[in-house]
Amino acid sequence: MPENMRRREFIKILGAGMGGALVGTSFLKGFTPPEGLNASELLKNSTIKKTATYCEICFWKCAGWVYEKDGQPWKIVGNPDDPSSNGRFCPRGTGGLGAYTDPDRLKTPLIRTEERGKQVFREATWDEAFDYIADKMKMISEKWGPECIALFTHGSGGDYFKNLLKAYGSNNIAAPSYAQCRGPREEAYVLTFGEGVDSPERTDLLNSKCIVLIGSHIGENMHNGQVQEFSEAVANGASVITVDPRFSTAASKSKYWLPIKPATDTALLLAWIHVIIEEELYDKEYVEKYTYGFDLLKESVSQNTPEWAYPITTIKPHIIRETAREMGKHVPATIIHPGRHVTWYGDDTQRVRAGAILNALLGSWGRRGGFFVPAKAHLAKYPMPKFPDSHKDWRQAYPGKYPLASLALASGICDATIPTPERDCSFKGWFVYGTNLIQTLPQPEKTIEAIQALELLVVIDILPSEITGWADVILPECTYLERYDDVRVSPARIPTVALRAPAFEPQFNTKPASWMAKELSKRLGLEQYFAWETFEEYLDYQFKSVGTSLEEMKQIGVKKLESDHPIYFLNGEDYEFSTPTGKIELYSTTLAEHGFDPVPKYTAHPEPPEGFYRLLYGRAPMHTFGRTTNNPLLADLMDENEVWVNPKVANKWGLHHQQYVILENQDGKRSNKIRVKVTERIRHDAVYMVHGFGHTQSKMRRSYMKGADDTQLISRVDLDPIMGGTGMRGNFVTFKTEAV
Amino acid sequence: MRYAMAIDTRRCVGCSDCVVACQTENKVPVGYCRDWIVEEMSGKYPLLSLEIRSERCNHCADAPCVRSCPTSASHYEDGGIVMVTHEECIGCKACIASCPYDARFVHPEGYVDKCTFCLHRVKDGLKPACVSVCPTHAMIFGDLDDANSEISKILQSRTHKSLIPEAGTKPHVFYLL
Amino acid sequence: MKEITITSGRMNPGIDPVLHAWGWEIPVYLFLGGLAAGILIFSAVYFLRGKADEYKFAVKIAPFSIPVLLTIGLLALFLDLTHKLYFWRLYTTIRWESPMSWGAWTLMLIFPLSVFWAASFVPDVRPGLKLPALAEKAINLLIPFRKAMAWALIVISVILGMYTGILLSAFNARPFWNTSILGPLFLVSGLSTGAAFTILLSKNEQERKAFSRIDMALIVIELFLIIHLFMGFLAGTEVHIQAAQLFLGGPYTAVFWTFVVTLGLVVPLLVEALEMNGYHLPAQLPAALVLTGGLILRFIVVDAGQSSRWLYKFMTHF
Repeated sequence: MPENMRRREFIKILGAGMGGALVGTSFLKGFTPPEGLNASELLKNSTIKKTATYCEICFWKCAGWVYEKDGQPWKIVGNPDDPSSNGRFCPRGTGGLGAYTDPDRLKTPLIRTEERGKQVFREATWDEAFDYIADKMKMISEKWGPECIALFTHGSGGDYFKNLLKAYGSNNIAAPSYAQCRGPREEAYVLTFGEGVDSPERTDLLNSKCIVLIGSHIGENMHNGQVQEFSEAVANGASVITVDPRFSTAASKSKYWLPIKPATDTALLLAWIHVIIEEELYDKEYVEKYTYGFDLLKESVSQNTPEWAYPITTIKPHIIRETAREMGKHVPATIIHPGRHVTWYGDDTQRVRAGAILNALLGSWGRRGGFFVPAKAHLAKYPMPKFPDSHKDWRQAYPGKYPLASLALASGICDATIPTPERDCSFKGWFVYGTNLIQTLPQPEKTIEAIQALELLVVIDILPSEITGWADVILPECTYLERYDDVRVSPARIPTVALRAPAFEPQFNTKPASWMAKELSKRLGLEQYFAWETFEEYLDYQFKSVGTSLEEMKQIGVKKLESDHPIYFLNGEDYEFSTPTGKIELYSTTLAEHGFDPVPKYTAHPEPPEGFYRLLYGRAPMHTFGRTTNNPLLADLMDENEVWVNPKVANKWGLHHQQYVILENQDGKRSNKIRVKVTERIRHDAVYMVHGFGHTQSKMRRSYMKGADDTQLISRVDLDPIMGGTGMRGNFVTFKTEAV
Repeated sequence: MRYAMAIDTRRCVGCSDCVVACQTENKVPVGYCRDWIVEEMSGKYPLLSLEIRSERCNHCADAPCVRSCPTSASHYEDGGIVMVTHEECIGCKACIASCPYDARFVHPEGYVDKCTFCLHRVKDGLKPACVSVCPTHAMIFGDLDDANSEISKILQSRTHKSLIPEAGTKPHVFYLL
Repeated sequence: MKEITITSGRMNPGIDPVLHAWGWEIPVYLFLGGLAAGILIFSAVYFLRGKADEYKFAVKIAPFSIPVLLTIGLLALFLDLTHKLYFWRLYTTIRWESPMSWGAWTLMLIFPLSVFWAASFVPDVRPGLKLPALAEKAINLLIPFRKAMAWALIVISVILGMYTGILLSAFNARPFWNTSILGPLFLVSGLSTGAAFTILLSKNEQERKAFSRIDMALIVIELFLIIHLFMGFLAGTEVHIQAAQLFLGGPYTAVFWTFVVTLGLVVPLLVEALEMNGYHLPAQLPAALVLTGGLILRFIVVDAGQSSRWLYKFMTHF
């Protein structure tokens, strides 16, 4: 039976791939079904078409197939050959059709006609829009230099605008995924191991025997392959240790839940390091062979006993010891998960580094059940001239600051846009691709102040998100289901390439970003940077360089390639790490050189005043921030967020389950109204909500004013001095029940 | 043949993928669902436990919906799958009232609708959409009459329960504990 | 402590937080069905007992209301159907296990029968009425069959009266409905409203008095059944106890004990008792109260049953 199934699926796939990818009933009539099966129910009187894609609903980019039935969009399913999804999409990917069918989508280019933020636009032709932008760009370039235009980007189509900006002469290209999300993690791992963790993460959860999660809510954070592996590990009996002020989904699957007092994680990590060294639970051979600075580390944590950590973290010393031993027991298949959104308290690089050091001690880097060594496909780049030199960048606005930031800071560019007497590197133009800066950057008033100082704000988006309301020109992009995009080359255990081809014609007057950037390049005299005739040709060129073709990729969607290296350090072979010492740096020479603590130290953070609670935020499995809350399929599952409140706190404030409240932070900033979820699943000193709700844009009708936006309450930001990450968990809120 | 489903509450993270996959596969209109996720938390901070379940029609062997249907629209298909024939349903809602799981609803087109175990796929030798999409492999579907099927084996080896067996409907969706 | 949440939402209309499959249509249908059954039973029984002239209203006149009552009832039922074009499917099969099917067939039988029954009394009620020759012929054909019709009506009407309760009590899924008391209770309530119908509209004081006496007995039985109902629930399983608590402190307490029990049963009982003892009170008052109480009873029972369920009783915290 399974054999038959596979064959039938295969035949369908084959049929679907052939000539225009059409399978009709006539095709099936000539095909005798295997014994015991009736004529295909699925295809009875239907025409099925399937198109290869990779998902854009989050940035895990799972590859899959988009199905059309009788000319109607039907469903999206995973591609079994894809190591990111293993043929199974997450709810957001499965619900990706909702992005296509959303009636609130941007439909045509718009040009602002009244003052910024009033949201008065006129419909424009693409030519008008491009002319407007090109004229402004030329003006800015002449008056202030091309570096005064910056790009904020999140998503596949941003790459073409990256090219455009680099060709134009600006290197100020920032993604909020760095300074507002995983930047500190990447820097901490580069400092320690000479390499970042990257995305999808190189975690070998599938084979882990012990998984330590610190503020990582895998399962609610629905990064597909990772959740799959986590669940598999749990089913195989892995010990999970979850450190979280909240009883998360992952906590419920854990052997140990450590409901830590928020903002004290570093103390716990140092205590664990202390116990692991003191009780000699670490991987001695590995530490000996691969690491640098063990004695300095040992010396540095000598005072960080579990008894020291107890009053700080509220985690009992015997639990700290027990969990450390649990980690030691499974060496090296123990992994301290590096986290993903780690910009919490401003000392985030150091905190994540403490976890990285633990991983190093447990010998998990490059080992089975720890971190594998990822492989990535190497594609030939489509021929393009060299980019012009860029003379200045955002760093000049911050002399001496954030020395280890390897990527541009979205928040830094935003701040530097606001003219001040000290700074003359003010930005004059922004391109914003696929990121709703109003909800993405903390301190939204500041973002708006920066916007008001601009000469040009171009927003490329699919939905009329808040940021589009401030734009001078809005370029409506078609969804990922209606366009080609660049080849996907995700790091994984085996290298793969994946294709995204348009499953449907673009709806309305929307266009792919690749086309927009190319059209703009023509007006700026930069067309040599977009030399391809058609995007198919551009893709085919790249695919051919790894032994496939666009034609083949249309049939298979994903191609697995040969890896040139093993995924683990197998037998203690020599390995040169890309750190100054060539070793895993338990003691960071780079940090020492820049005057930072070479070994992480615990610093106390402010605590909530009486009557206030620390604002924690996170994710729900069915949403990707605010990008999906208007998606009809996904909004059906969760259309507003709730604020989680411990019953004791609810009692104190007389709050009832499901009642609406308004949250007010320490600076008097207020949220939209939000329902209370009274639950034992959270500590009494913190509240929690899912990020991405509380849209204030009425053009997104489904999500408008549904739930609250944590960004509105993040007015205090603790900057990471090492790399400029914006710590956002130092905000405290109280409840306002009147006037709800 | 006796089809059944088992859901591994240890694996399930409650992501709702089964719900969306069902909606797209079966063109369930926006605002309706044939399956849903329940989280049941027990205990007091900090001693808590959480059970996550993907729920749907239990395809009961003694289905009150089939008994209460005045027109035979609700009926058993081969393998015990409970189905509703749209052209026979008058929309009296007796079956809705009779279902202790509240698994049925009135489709906007007027007939009563619910989970079909994706009979159209099962007939094709495929798994139901929810089962085949589940990222954590938390769902198992198969034939209880086949002692070698995955579901028979896992129900043999793992502790499991069904929902309100005391309602006497002989439900055929099981939860592995 | 338990916290139960449907985290993906279960957005199907009419399901959560409490079931709302049936609105006003079904209670109206059940009430009118019960009332019709009550009227027909009295009419047939007293006809057979030879009291057709003594209780002229109850035996000969009241049946003329039946086609009207049943038409309104069926219309209400029809309005409730969500797939109306397939209504005829009810009559392509007989499903013994489905009370809904039973009810459809019972009404199918009782409707024409009650029309014939009433028609046979046209000459008695309107002696001088000029009828078309054909109608007159037909009526004359019916008259010899009155006795047979009466027996048939008693059987079918009892089924109809019981059915209005059994329709609900057959639902194991709704603990509050799931009691065998509901059939007898609705039958007795139907009879009581049937009696009240005569008390309200009969011009003959003797007849009114006689029916008042009958009504008092029925009310006493009804009260007994209600007490029995709750005793049964309280001696039942957890879900049944919770179902009873909807009325014993829960949301239906005030409306049920005030409107159904006090105003719909106890007050009419007292008023009728006082009247028997010579106090001059408007006889229409208790009858109107009984009819209103009977209607409210159906509304409350239909509603409360839908509020009682096995799973997620309070949707989240308990």
